Amino acid sequence: MQLTLRDITKRFGSLVANDRISLTVEPGEIHCLLGENGAGKSTLMNVLYGLYQADEGEILLDGEPRKFSGPGDAIAAGIGMVHQHFMLVPVFTVAENVMLGNESTGLAGSLDLDAARRRVREISERFGFHVSPDAVVEDLPVGVQQRVEIIKALSRDAKVLVFDEPTAVLTPQETDELMQIMRQLRESGVAIVFITHKLREVREVADRITVIRLGKVVGEASPKASNAELASLMVGRPVELTVHKDPPRLGDDALVVEGLTVADETGLVHVNDLSFTVRGGEVLAVAGVQGNGQTELTEALLGLQQHVLGSIRLDGHELVGRGVRSILDAGVGFVPEDRQVDGLVGTFSIAENLMLDRSFGKPFVQLGAVDRGRLRAFAETKLKEYDIRAPGIGTKAGNLSGGNQQKVVVARELSKDLRLLVAAQPTRGVDVGSIEFIHQQIVAARDSGIPVVVVSTELDEVVALADRIMVLYRGQVVGIVPADTPRDVLGLMMTGERPTEVVA
Amino acid sequence: MSAAKVEATVPDKPVEDEPQVISVVSLKTPVLLTVVAVALLAAVLLGSQAGDTTFRLSTRSDFFELPEITVPAEGTALGAVVVMLLLAAESWRRYATRKRTPGWVAAVYAVVGLVGFLSWAAAGGTVPVVGLLAGALALAVPLVFGALGGVLGERAGIVNIAIDGQLLAGAFAAALVGSVAGSVWAGVLGAMVAGVVVALILGVFAISCYVDQVIVGVVLNVLVIGVTSFMFTQVLAPNTAELNTPPRFSAWAIPVLGDIPLVGPILFRQTPIVYLLYVAVAVVTYALYRTRWGLRVRAVGEHPKAADTVGINVNRTRYRTVLIAGAIAGTGGAFYTLVSVSQFNREMTGGAGYIALAAVIFGKWDPIRATLAALLFGFASNLQGVLSVLGSPVPAQFMLMLPYVVTVFAVAGLVGKSRAPAAVGLPYRKG
Amino acid sequence: MSDEKPDLSQDQPAQPDRPRASGGVDEKADPGAQNSPPAELEHVVRPRRQQQWHTVVRSITTGNALVAVLAVFLAVVVGSLMIMFTDEDVRASASYFFSRPGDFFAESRVAIEGAYTALFRGSIYNTRAEDFATGIRPLTETLKFAGPLIAAGLGVGLAFRAGMFNIGGRGQMLLAGGASGYVAINAGLPGPLLLVAAVLAGMVAGGIWAGIAGLLKARTGAHEVIVTIMLNYIGFYLLFYALSKQGWLQAPGSVNPKSQAMPEDAVMPRLLGDRYNLHLGFLLALVAVAVVWWLLNRSALGYRFRAVGENPNAARTAGIDVGRTYVVVMLIAGSLVGLAGANQVLGTVPSGVTTDLDAGIGFDAITVALLGRSHPLGILAAGLLFGAFKAGGFSMQASEGIPVDIVLVIQSLIVLFIAAPPLVRALFRLPTKEAV
Repeated sequence: MQLTLRDITKRFGSLVANDRISLTVEPGEIHCLLGENGAGKSTLMNVLYGLYQADEGEILLDGEPRKFSGPGDAIAAGIGMVHQHFMLVPVFTVAENVMLGNESTGLAGSLDLDAARRRVREISERFGFHVSPDAVVEDLPVGVQQRVEIIKALSRDAKVLVFDEPTAVLTPQETDELMQIMRQLRESGVAIVFITHKLREVREVADRITVIRLGKVVGEASPKASNAELASLMVGRPVELTVHKDPPRLGDDALVVEGLTVADETGLVHVNDLSFTVRGGEVLAVAGVQGNGQTELTEALLGLQQHVLGSIRLDGHELVGRGVRSILDAGVGFVPEDRQVDGLVGTFSIAENLMLDRSFGKPFVQLGAVDRGRLRAFAETKLKEYDIRAPGIGTKAGNLSGGNQQKVVVARELSKDLRLLVAAQPTRGVDVGSIEFIHQQIVAARDSGIPVVVVSTELDEVVALADRIMVLYRGQVVGIVPADTPRDVLGLMMTGERPTEVVA
Repeated sequence: MSAAKVEATVPDKPVEDEPQVISVVSLKTPVLLTVVAVALLAAVLLGSQAGDTTFRLSTRSDFFELPEITVPAEGTALGAVVVMLLLAAESWRRYATRKRTPGWVAAVYAVVGLVGFLSWAAAGGTVPVVGLLAGALALAVPLVFGALGGVLGERAGIVNIAIDGQLLAGAFAAALVGSVAGSVWAGVLGAMVAGVVVALILGVFAISCYVDQVIVGVVLNVLVIGVTSFMFTQVLAPNTAELNTPPRFSAWAIPVLGDIPLVGPILFRQTPIVYLLYVAVAVVTYALYRTRWGLRVRAVGEHPKAADTVGINVNRTRYRTVLIAGAIAGTGGAFYTLVSVSQFNREMTGGAGYIALAAVIFGKWDPIRATLAALLFGFASNLQGVLSVLGSPVPAQFMLMLPYVVTVFAVAGLVGKSRAPAAVGLPYRKG
Repeated sequence: MSDEKPDLSQDQPAQPDRPRASGGVDEKADPGAQNSPPAELEHVVRPRRQQQWHTVVRSITTGNALVAVLAVFLAVVVGSLMIMFTDEDVRASASYFFSRPGDFFAESRVAIEGAYTALFRGSIYNTRAEDFATGIRPLTETLKFAGPLIAAGLGVGLAFRAGMFNIGGRGQMLLAGGASGYVAINAGLPGPLLLVAAVLAGMVAGGIWAGIAGLLKARTGAHEVIVTIMLNYIGFYLLFYALSKQGWLQAPGSVNPKSQAMPEDAVMPRLLGDRYNLHLGFLLALVAVAVVWWLLNRSALGYRFRAVGENPNAARTAGIDVGRTYVVVMLIAGSLVGLAGANQVLGTVPSGVTTDLDAGIGFDAITVALLGRSHPLGILAAGLLFGAFKAGGFSMQASEGIPVDIVLVIQSLIVLFIAAPPLVRALFRLPTKEAV
């Protein structure tokens, strides 16, 4: 089935998310939609999938104009979607998830689970997915969950399949497998739209590439184009893909972690017997696929985790067992991985957010009252220093763009007398300009002689910032390796393979 | 550059592929078990009770009569305390070795504690076990209906604090419609409609206007109290004979089943509304877990966007579920005016809806377990009544307090961790 | 139960593919606007650590005054309809509506007008009074009723700002009243010291009772809505027990569950002489408004309350002990509600402690706080309005025979309408709110 989008325009208030976007995808073709975060790719696909209604333009299937008032219509028309955030009910089984919305029923409206199981097995066998229909989705690894998403779409006879940033949560190996699946689907005649901002993947699998920037199609590119060409098309100017930094001037062992184990309420171990050391003036980058214990590790460093065994010593002082406030007061700067959840109070002003971790005493609190004059002066300074683009210090943090929000968090965490900086996903969902700025700040902190721990699931970022790389898999250290370790080795390590044979 | 030379370090043990689990234990259980045992011990020692206690297991009209069991009051109570303390010690031992206290310890503890308490409190008298349990079931009727309504709503993602309002509106409508139509079943129907109306308001505000569900619920309860009290004073009270004298359900023994010893008199010599309750529990459980409708309801409560992306209309599903839940909760209200008292009074539910809500949480959002929890609350209320007749040494006020204290313990998680539907309380906005 | 960590499968990376204005500031569309930005979609998927409260607190604490006024108007209209349709004369005239519709409308007007003039005469100025001093008495009654509503409303509102829904006003007032009464009767302190001690005892008791809910929430995650409601009943039976026991609170020699009258020294002095019932309690409520205003807007403690209320996760990450904050805010909130309890026992009804001393204020406080959007000054205004409703409601019942419950209906409708601005806007065909 051929899919054509013609002059799709979608506005949100005064924002134009999609500006007259046109696109054609042929059956048996993988068409890449390339663009930065926020370029409008997902909005476009949500229009296609009936989640949003386009303000202008039309959708044609095999030349027929179609109107989708909801996902139900789109599904019925043969459009399937593998969502960036899986649209699976975690507590349901695979079969239940696959049948949802498309259930066959028996007597008295009872569910025919057997039919759903058969369908799952059938599709699973056809593509070699190895998915058990009775497994509960939340117990499955993310890569398998994604296959459930694909099965879900295929079980509804999708002829056009949209993959929305499908590799964000996958290991390099899982990514390769996904590429293979996409090629297999292409051979069977499915039209595939592949949305991504990762150039490597595009070049590997795409038949055609359409680049989107700020809601507009800015050009088509050949899969043979170079990374730099694609990147400059995507961002609108030549981009530097590396961070300039001098060789580290190493200090003493500053952060010493020994036998760290972190479990959750139910006793499930997320960080398993971790030991590592970070020296002053050094960046230790923690690599790994999302959900392999990184969150729990950083939270344990900050004292946010309840069930912690082992030892974390900073400059010789034990941190395990101390409260968050006491650890912060010891000079730990912490950039949380999800700024909107853990980093900022969206309804507070920029100024109020800048004193969030210092609400107990000097410099902002005197005799139990907030020293508003001092806070204002401090905020004004930081606004300039960090180039936070906002009308003023009274602007609500929730109204800032992702990059500016992150700058507020970074400004707050770096404005203290630091002994350790922990930055989790410091540039996630941040525009390119802010990424460069934030990277510079992290490198500057390292150059001032403090130990830095950076956690990132983006291999590019890990490689760019690291002096050493620690790879985590299922909460365990697979290895701590030099920053110049080849990517394929890092990729293998991310699947839990020890690098012994590769590292001499 | 030589300063920056980095060596690779690789742990030599193999990487575990399976998820590891260590045991995380909580202090709650051993502490609670100890506190309750000590409290009972203190009560027995301070309030000395001489004499024997008799447990009567049948009613006089029974076809088969079970023998009565007589035990020494204080001895039994003290024996129970000893067993309870041993179980508490076991719980502490497990805590010390980082193990959880298993369910059977808590279950045995509860039964032993109850028997011990009863034999102490009813010293010198006879505990009518059948009456105690049958009465508990009757008192639990509105709670169970309310809890079923609550479970349904929450499974679809809507917190229903307004259960109390639905019960009260149901009681009001049952009295009014029942009186006017002169039929109990018309009264039940009226109660269902009233429950649906309250649910509809809840839906409009919580689903369509995205107002916080807890706020809507609390305010709706106040609104229903206001409206029913106003109507009661203004319309019902001046015309009691025509408008507030509904007919009453009478008990109706089911042949054969009603003759089973112990079980029969408790379960099968009740009013038709109790039988309706059995049906409701069975139907709700089946519908929720075994039908397409139930699958969709649960999907909408767990991950509404996932449901939306497969073409399920989230808000329509929520409306439908909340309205059905309203009808069920409303039916529970009918119990007040068609069974327990045959006339409506202002604020006559006495906050039962809140207890039903606690039963929902206590029952971990499962219809069967919520029903059991509601029965437990019914039992606690009835125990108070039975003991006050027997002349218990515990002041009536403390017995009256019991269901509420139990609820506090229940929601404080002393019954173990539970997981609410993931999207409960969150309005769903379509893009 | 609510602050569990989410399972990993839902712990989404951000990278929200959302449109961004080039100026650096996102044009945040109003939630009520028809076109919400895609970021809204993320909201539902977001794991539960993103506490729902923070949206609640926001919706309660923002919003415009026009909607508030319209909500009050709408509620009054509905109240009128209820009065109309239950009025005997109106119903009588309705039976022959089609032959003489004029009668129906005339009777309706009489009923409604009667009701609302009675309301006015009972709450602001009695137009039938001989002189000004008598005529203005209803206004002082309004202030008298407003005092405890404001104090208790502050208790509910303050807790709300920290993300705690305090529905336990009734229990807190009952225990506070009991404690105030006990101290007043038994402390035997000289002169004004007795009053001070009695008021403080009430505040402490209220604080402790609310603090239990805070502690349970902090330690076990027990939802405070359920716990505070349960504590209402437990508090009621505790007070009931104390009032039924000689040597505790029961009046000597009595068998009724009631204490003796408060000693002269412990009774709050009247502010405007014996002619009016307005007593010191109203002034204390005003002081409480000022204190809470300072606390929320100027103090570091209040800053932490708000941070926890708006985003507990960020607060925890920033080193604020969320659990302790819950306990502290409930202690303060409870003591404010306790002030209302002391106000009742020592001021409004000094004839003795009873189990109905709360007079519905515990629940009214919730509506006061919601109407006042949990801002101290808003609560002051809402408390005055509801005080007027109370004073007027009683006179409406006395002179027109309209049950005072109508006030409850109007109050709850006001709050419902205020909580749902889209509904009010739709009803009045107001434009949807663009950038504020």
